Amino acid sequence: MDSGLIIEKLVLVAIIFSISLLIAMYATYFERKVAAWFQDRIGPDRAGPFGILQPLADGVKMFMKEDFIPSHSDKWLFILGPGISMFTSLITSAIIPWGEDLTIFGNTVALQVADFNIGILFIMGVLSVGIYGIMIGGWASNNKYSLFGAIRASSQMISYELAMGVSVITIVMMTGSLSLKDIVQDQHGMNWNIFYQPVCFIVFFVCALAETNRAPFDLPECESELIGGYHTEYSSMKLGFFLFAEYVSMFISSAIIAILFFGGYNFPGMDYFSGNALAILSIIAFFTKIFFFIFVFMWIRWTLPRFRFDQLMHLGWKSLIPIALINLLITGLVIALNKGWF
Amino acid sequence: MQSLSNRKKVVSDKPMNFMEKIYLPAILGGMWITFKHLFRKNNTVKYPEEQRVFAPVYRGMHVLKRDEQGRENCTACGLCAVACPAEAITMEAAERVKGEENLYREEKYAATYDINMLRCIFCGLCEEACPKEAIFLTDRIVPSEFEREDFLFGKDKLVEPMNARIDVTKRQHTGQRGTK
Ligand code: SF4
Ligand code: SF4
Repeated sequence: MDSGLIIEKLVLVAIIFSISLLIAMYATYFERKVAAWFQDRIGPDRAGPFGILQPLADGVKMFMKEDFIPSHSDKWLFILGPGISMFTSLITSAIIPWGEDLTIFGNTVALQVADFNIGILFIMGVLSVGIYGIMIGGWASNNKYSLFGAIRASSQMISYELAMGVSVITIVMMTGSLSLKDIVQDQHGMNWNIFYQPVCFIVFFVCALAETNRAPFDLPECESELIGGYHTEYSSMKLGFFLFAEYVSMFISSAIIAILFFGGYNFPGMDYFSGNALAILSIIAFFTKIFFFIFVFMWIRWTLPRFRFDQLMHLGWKSLIPIALINLLITGLVIALNKGWF
Repeated sequence: MQSLSNRKKVVSDKPMNFMEKIYLPAILGGMWITFKHLFRKNNTVKYPEEQRVFAPVYRGMHVLKRDEQGRENCTACGLCAVACPAEAITMEAAERVKGEENLYREEKYAATYDINMLRCIFCGLCEEACPKEAIFLTDRIVPSEFEREDFLFGKDKLVEPMNARIDVTKRQHTGQRGTK
């Protein structure tokens, strides 16, 4: 590997890292604004014009708070928990293709840090590790509410990961590749997977909500019964990390939904452009889709009440998994028919 | 029984049919309702800049009244402190000496009079209990402070200043008891 490529990738990593953090930061602000709009309020508007400095104020507040570690907790695991959450939510951004190739000073720059040939598998793997942050944090707190939250998180993850995996396999079968880049390129222009796989999309979307612990599946934190669940005992920036990780994973999940079902950075009429114009437009298209899905996530949060735990399990095991499996079967048959295997 | 509002719905626990079971129509309906709220006018009153109009009998910050000649009404009888369910009021009485007739209306007066605004629940029982029409709740809001001690309001903050009299004529307990 030549040094130019390493520098290029490092710059890309730095940019993506800061963009993820920036978007997560402003997602917290935007969430409060959206909540306010849905409830006929104004929302935060005191810090700076329209309150746009609110995330900074929140950050400063988080840092200034007393960093408290309960004496009965397992200190190292307690510190490790939020770290794992944050790390895993950020690392998935490495394999997301952000746009068409950009040409800078005659070099072609792929807007993707690493094009794994097992990209989507990597994401599934990292997402399942992400739940360990919550589990370890909840366990180490040595508090019954935290433990409940942690247990709920893990059981919820097990029941939704399956359906999610099956719906991802459906898409992989259609594309014939696990690489995110291939999946995106397969949906060139307006040839998006959503038009072929609406059921699969619904299953995946519900699972994504459950994976990111967003309402209506936010049972691991569940303010009303578990007083915050796994982060009950956390304070200061450790709590901030947990909350922040949720927003980062919301951003990443939106990106993955856009990639798998809404054509990633493809947009209708993209054949009329080429070169850097195409690259920039594709980035804009991709981010528009991401922002739309972040908005939908918030929209759902402020519309739906939280599921009961048995309803959640029922939905996961008895509805989503069978639906996803049947969908997989039908997709397989159709593909086989098209290829003339019968 | 006949419904008065015509909006009565009979609750039933019949099993959900297919459309209800897949949740989606109900979810989309709910999301449509919240979406319409995005474009509604907000109901926010931006407090420090704008203030909601209060009723004349609003129970806000207390005032210790003076009479027409500017003498303090309170006679430190302690009835307000006894009535107070939150035990927010404390006072010390003192005897009026010669030459103070223009300051205090009664022969006994409150040398100190404190209301702990963090204890007070703004029930208005002190106003109801007062035989001298000395204490009233007003439509002013207790200002926010950073320190706990600053919420202990003494006579300096409670007694109405001579040049800025506070109108309590609209309150329920004004003019109910004869002033002797
Ligand atoms: S308003 Fe009620 S709580 Fe407050 S001082 Fe008067 S009696 Fe006590
Ligand atoms: S305010 Fe009224 S009730 Fe309270 S001590 Fe003074 S006169 Fe008595």
